[in-house]
Amino acid sequence: MTVTSTHTWETVVGLEVHCELATVSKLFCGCPNEFGDEPNTHICPVCLGLPGSLPVLNERAVEYALRVAEALHLRVPARSIFSRKNYFYPDMPKDYQTSQYDEPITIDGWLDVDGVRVGITRAHLEEDTGKSLHVGGGGRIHDADHSLVDYNRAGVPLLEIVSEPDIRSAEQAKRYVDELRATLLAVGVSDVKMEEGSLRIDANVSVRPAGSAEFGTRAEIKNLNSLRSLVHAIEHETQRQSALLDSGARVVQETRHWDEDGGRTLPGRSKEEAHDYRYFPEPDLVPVAPTDEMRARVRASMPELPAARRARLIEAWDIKDDDARVLVDVAGLADYAEQAVAALKAGSAKDVANWVRQDVLGYLNDRGLSPAVLTPEMLADLVGLVADTTISRGQAKDVLAESMAEDKWPSDVVRDRGLAQVTDLAQLTAAVDAVLAVNGAAIEEYRAAPDDKVRKKKRGFLMGEVMRGLEGKGNAQILSDLLDARLA
Amino acid sequence: MTDAALSIAADVRAGRRSARDVLEAHLAQIAARESDVHAFNLVTADDARERANEIDAAIARGDNPGPLAGVPIALKDNLCTRGVPTTCSSRILEGWRPPYDATVVQRVRNAGAVAVGKTNLDEFAMGSSTENSAFGPTRNPHDLSRVPGGSSGGSAAAVAAGFASVALGSDTGGSVRQPASLCGVVGVKPTYGAVSRYGLIAFASSLDQVGPFASSVSDAALLLEVIGGHDSCDSTSIAQPAPSLLDDLERGVEGLRIGIVTELTDTDGIQPDVKAAVETAANALTDAGAKTERVSVPSTMYGLSAYYLIAPAEASSNLARYDGVRYGLRIDGADVADMNARTREAGFGREVKRRIMLGTYALSAGYYDAFYGQAQRVRTLIIRDFEHAYEQFDVLLAATSPTVAFELGAKTTDPLTMYLNDICTIPSNLAGHAAMSIPFGTALPVDAPGGTPALPIGVQVLAPAGGEPVMFRVGRSIELAAPISSHLGGSGT
Repeated sequence: MTVTSTHTWETVVGLEVHCELATVSKLFCGCPNEFGDEPNTHICPVCLGLPGSLPVLNERAVEYALRVAEALHLRVPARSIFSRKNYFYPDMPKDYQTSQYDEPITIDGWLDVDGVRVGITRAHLEEDTGKSLHVGGGGRIHDADHSLVDYNRAGVPLLEIVSEPDIRSAEQAKRYVDELRATLLAVGVSDVKMEEGSLRIDANVSVRPAGSAEFGTRAEIKNLNSLRSLVHAIEHETQRQSALLDSGARVVQETRHWDEDGGRTLPGRSKEEAHDYRYFPEPDLVPVAPTDEMRARVRASMPELPAARRARLIEAWDIKDDDARVLVDVAGLADYAEQAVAALKAGSAKDVANWVRQDVLGYLNDRGLSPAVLTPEMLADLVGLVADTTISRGQAKDVLAESMAEDKWPSDVVRDRGLAQVTDLAQLTAAVDAVLAVNGAAIEEYRAAPDDKVRKKKRGFLMGEVMRGLEGKGNAQILSDLLDARLA
Repeated sequence: MTDAALSIAADVRAGRRSARDVLEAHLAQIAARESDVHAFNLVTADDARERANEIDAAIARGDNPGPLAGVPIALKDNLCTRGVPTTCSSRILEGWRPPYDATVVQRVRNAGAVAVGKTNLDEFAMGSSTENSAFGPTRNPHDLSRVPGGSSGGSAAAVAAGFASVALGSDTGGSVRQPASLCGVVGVKPTYGAVSRYGLIAFASSLDQVGPFASSVSDAALLLEVIGGHDSCDSTSIAQPAPSLLDDLERGVEGLRIGIVTELTDTDGIQPDVKAAVETAANALTDAGAKTERVSVPSTMYGLSAYYLIAPAEASSNLARYDGVRYGLRIDGADVADMNARTREAGFGREVKRRIMLGTYALSAGYYDAFYGQAQRVRTLIIRDFEHAYEQFDVLLAATSPTVAFELGAKTTDPLTMYLNDICTIPSNLAGHAAMSIPFGTALPVDAPGGTPALPIGVQVLAPAGGEPVMFRVGRSIELAAPISSHLGGSGT
């Protein structure tokens, strides 16, 4: 018998975010922690797991974990330990991963996302693996002709941030990651570049009847390499599980892989993933016990967090919520805007925010955010030129483009191209009068106009003539007032 | 008699002998007897000659090459030596040359020692007879039909046979002390963390400790002073300089309180002559002014069981990396997992496989708490019992090996009988404490009372963590009291 469900299904999501910490060296050795170099150039006996080598914990990684603890309201137990997660894999030099298991460095925190509090179960330190390249055959480890391994990434410090199953939609999951990324960026522990793999996400997804307090059976979805994949995978998985339950079938607890091309999740190879990791305490490392002094130092050096910064900018700059979000969430943008505001001679912070959001960001997205392209002081100069009516907003867009193209101060562009607006009242009055003197017919037609439409047209003609006389540089507002006074 | 390291170093520094002459004498000894003893996996004669010449050149320049100037040293083949094959007596490391030196290797070299070769061991230090070597067993220099003990049997035999003045071994459950006992030399298991493990190929990380072999307590002290002290490459290394041992060595035992551990001396399975030797040594210490009495450390009886869960558990993880991917042996297979399996099947010997399986099982889901967890609780109990004993005693006395050297092949078919060799030595590893074995008389083996020479007995001194200075004083007093037959040497037999 087919049961047709009357349920509306609610999505329940918990995320595991693996964040590469931007320390100078790796977690357990002195090798550089750098992305993108020639394979196997950042390796040593320790991160290659050569016989006899031993790990030594990078204290900076501990400090970074403590910074994240401050930002995510996590508790830091007096002591944590590393454990070994044992399984065979060619890109893992020791065939075990040194990670944290039952005594992680931080526990029990939260992150507010659009007013909803998402619990953070834990954030723990672990080492990254190397990277395999499977050549020939099916291109996967079990059917490739051969595989090449690059151990540059082996031993790079990761912080795995595990959320509670408090997320209720794909969109909310995306927002959680947005907020988490902004936070990790703000506290300076990671460059959070998903495209370079410095932020990787696994999603635990289940569904349950709306209103139910019980959790459904979950699937763990791996291989989510972008926010787009995250959203699509959760949406797809919700539909897949809902359909299963609607048809009377059950959801199986399993690991699934997001198939980007197919736009679906696929079951993992159960044989490969049926691991008993045989965790046990890592005997080569001593327990981690952050001192009060270390914690105090971290606390004293904490920057303003994204939520607080957004609130402050909205209030102080009188900008919209959405504008504040863009400024704060894009790496370096809020700092840039604040520096520009600090350099302002005329104009408002809101003007700066508008310029940054509407114009500067576009250029910077194309060319990379670099103050070398347009320094904050140059933007302040531009905003000032508009605010003190030296140039119009329309002119300013051209000035901005030229300023960036030629690395030139806006004031210099205006001067060299003679763009400054004419605001001198006598000069403007003379220009108006000169036009009116030779356009008697038009004046008559204006005054005799049968309707507003005709009147507007005639006025527009006269205004155009005046501007033409001033080579377009007359201050439009003053000219308009002068013309109206003459025509009245 | 083996050439003492202290006198070699003093003579070389003073220009009375050249490091090269000292080395050649030892190489001659190797040439004469190594084919019988098989103490070495590799004799590095050329490198050693070059090094000895450098020492002599340094002396000629007026430099001081250090406290081990010109002292020939043998290195257990589980210590990494840059550019020199390091095998752990296993096929799985075939062809591998470490790109770095172990910290202890660096330290002895910097102190002026001359490495003569890499010594044989039970594969990955798993064994008590050096029979579990992929390259064949080492024989006891005192009786070639018998084992030298293990796992550092090659190092013990090398010192006993006069192939090297001193040697380094590693002790996970008795692997320095037991072969020292069987070969009639001094062997020390330092406090856990007293000597760097960096470059010691791991067997069981929480138990492994590098230790010296020497023909005298003072030479062992000299070598331990050189290799000890903090190493920033080993997180478990104690953040203190090596304690001074030689200075107080002759201070005697007047007023010291010494306990004889009944569980490690009076137990069934310990040869009567060995019990008698411990008794005689205790009497000598009493005569020298110490207060000796019997003490019970009950939980040490469970040491063996706990050890054979903890050590294999750690080993199963430590030895996972020998998978054919990066170095050593590779046997090709249908896919990566198949290649891993074939490589490990061909590369590891029976005892290593046995312990990997034992350890894997002990850590498995559902069994962890009953096996590994329980073993760790026993370990805690042993530490507590020892703490209690050390409230009353400065050091403890016990047998090292239950018997003198046994015949090759006598115990290879029964792993449990073999494991019992370490019953008296294992507790110190579980506790992380210091211990040493000092030759003390000889006995005829119980398995062949006639037709064989009397064989060395070792007496063990146990001390709490950091107790090396007092332990060495007691060891020195035992050495002074030892019957003349203890000074067998090896070269003269």
